Amino acid sequence: MTRGDLPFIDEYRNERMVLAIAGQIREISTLQISLMEVCGGHTMAIHKSGLQAFLPENIRLLSGPGCPVCVSSQQFVDHAIAIGRVPGVILTTYGDLVRVPGSVSSLEKEKGKGVDVRIVYSVLDALELASANRKKKVVFLGIGFETTAPASAAAIIQAGKQHLQNFFLLSAHKVMPPALETLANTDTQIDGFIAPGHVSAITGYSIYRKLTELYQRAVVISGFEPVDILQSILMLVRQIEARQFSVENEYTRVVRAQGNPMAQELMEQVFTRESAEWRGLGWVPESGLYIAEEFAAFDAAKQFKVRVPERRSPKGCICGEILIGKKRPSDCPLFSSVCTPVNPIGACMVSSEGTCSIFYKYHA
Amino acid sequence: MGYGQRISIHHGNGGVHMKRLISDLFIRFFENDVINEQSDSATLKVSGQHIAFTTDSFVVDPLFFPGGNIGSLAVCGTLNDLAVSGATPLYLSAGFIIEEGFSIRKLERIVISMAREAKRSGVKIVTGDTKVVNSGKCDKLFINTSGIGQVEPKYLPVSSGSKVKPGDKIILNGAPGEHGMAILQARMNLNFRSGLKSDCASLYPLIKRVLKASDRVHFLRDATRGGVATVAHEIASKCNVGVDIDEARIPENTDVRAMCEILGFDPLYIANEGKLVMVVDASDADSVLHAMQKVKTGKDAAIIGEITSEMKGKVILKTRSGGKRILDELIGDQLPRIC
Repeated sequence: MTRGDLPFIDEYRNERMVLAIAGQIREISTLQISLMEVCGGHTMAIHKSGLQAFLPENIRLLSGPGCPVCVSSQQFVDHAIAIGRVPGVILTTYGDLVRVPGSVSSLEKEKGKGVDVRIVYSVLDALELASANRKKKVVFLGIGFETTAPASAAAIIQAGKQHLQNFFLLSAHKVMPPALETLANTDTQIDGFIAPGHVSAITGYSIYRKLTELYQRAVVISGFEPVDILQSILMLVRQIEARQFSVENEYTRVVRAQGNPMAQELMEQVFTRESAEWRGLGWVPESGLYIAEEFAAFDAAKQFKVRVPERRSPKGCICGEILIGKKRPSDCPLFSSVCTPVNPIGACMVSSEGTCSIFYKYHA
Repeated sequence: MGYGQRISIHHGNGGVHMKRLISDLFIRFFENDVINEQSDSATLKVSGQHIAFTTDSFVVDPLFFPGGNIGSLAVCGTLNDLAVSGATPLYLSAGFIIEEGFSIRKLERIVISMAREAKRSGVKIVTGDTKVVNSGKCDKLFINTSGIGQVEPKYLPVSSGSKVKPGDKIILNGAPGEHGMAILQARMNLNFRSGLKSDCASLYPLIKRVLKASDRVHFLRDATRGGVATVAHEIASKCNVGVDIDEARIPENTDVRAMCEILGFDPLYIANEGKLVMVVDASDADSVLHAMQKVKTGKDAAIIGEITSEMKGKVILKTRSGGKRILDELIGDQLPRIC
């Protein structure tokens, strides 16, 4: 196959569909509303396809804290670097994290100085690396939400089965529901959530019930193509205009009401939930996934006794407020002057799903 | 801002970091009227003749990949740098840095490919150099090739782009991203099932045809590292014009697009080794297109955009879904997204 449409993608980028749905939104939307796209993947899709041009002015889109790289704390990067400097360690990570500045360095800079940092496409690649290099200690830096956490859990279980004593996970995995609740409690106006499609594929609908029932916010689980996102916005506008809130699913080709029970079970088995630090939100109770005592042998946080330097936060960076939709990148004094993708100060400028990076790339 | 304390891998990716290293270090100290032009080839005047001169080093890993090997790449790459300067390529040199223990059989296969590519384009490999380094001191094999070619005076402007003007059409000869994704697939054992091959090819035959078909070709560039987007930026900044690109009109390879969608890449930034971006006067665009479509390397050629007088220095992409956005310069390497 060399030419032709990509099924499940091109039909969701169709210009005529986009115009038709945008027209319907304009027709029914009367209120001044703010919608938050929680997931960085959504932020990216919106800006990459130039969707904002199709929305009426009374609908404001806010970017949420759904970029795993961006919400991982500086301390996590510092911790990873400290472990990476231990002789015989191979650090493995998903791509974006390598450029995130810690307090004084980044994984990318450390790599230039000789720390063995390797980008992997799947945690299972890290597992394979450990299996092939028994004399090395392979540490996987686990970031991400319900989307990536089950794979990390599966890797730990697999490592146990293979009796691998040189595979470790440094977990900064997080779960979404407590963060969404925190957001609903902030003073930022959020009338509805474009809920993360792939997190929902794992969790199912239930995690959003509190938002609709208790907090009276509209929730639509959305896919990642322009037509998906506009359709979700249309569904949200309908809910808000009618003041009838429920969890709706636009992404029916991927998300089921009950989610993926096998993945949920894996997470429950390997991780315990405790308070975790999010850039922007601070410490959020029950939002961090930590490796359970039973699997402590694979827990890099326990197996490597390293001194993590005291944090030094970049002055002037407002990443935190941007992550919760309170401020926009253009409100930051550092944005595009001091802080650019070439020289990122805050994590939001690093990740391809970071709000600042996206704004810089598509609008600066 | 300078180029930092240490060389990072981004200093070699064709994007912003590399540009800065070249201008702030190499050009700053080598400074002269020729290098300041910063073209793919230097154009020299020797006894009344215009000569294009260029060099390129090849360090591709793996050495053999679907659609070519380091040898075919080393010849085509340098030929293409000459050809996009409007030159008729004439002579090449070949330098080999070989790691101790490297298979002679493999070396032979590579050299045979080089000879074949050179012959196909009517150039001679006339001088060379061989160095062997201790095991572990280089990665199997590195090749450098340099080349010279002759430029007819009327083709001198295609290298500088001095004739590019609003209204001109932008033509691309085929689907972007094949080389980069074929290499990635071979390197990462990604286990995608596809027939994807590198587009590695000499562009000289195609360019020769194009220049014969029209006297109004205003700019030529092979889109290698940094992809088509990087060339679009070069046009916008070098010629101080706006560049409009229409995503729906870009030729595509479905395998490349599918892999890019999965990994979170944009084919416009992926490396090519046989892709040509041209700026042609609007009145000749169709005839150039027809001439191109008769050659294998140009059969999928399409008009993908236009030079404008608005948003000077910027590249604007009209997306498939009808929106518009800035097509940014490549900054870091493209990294796979995680969710």
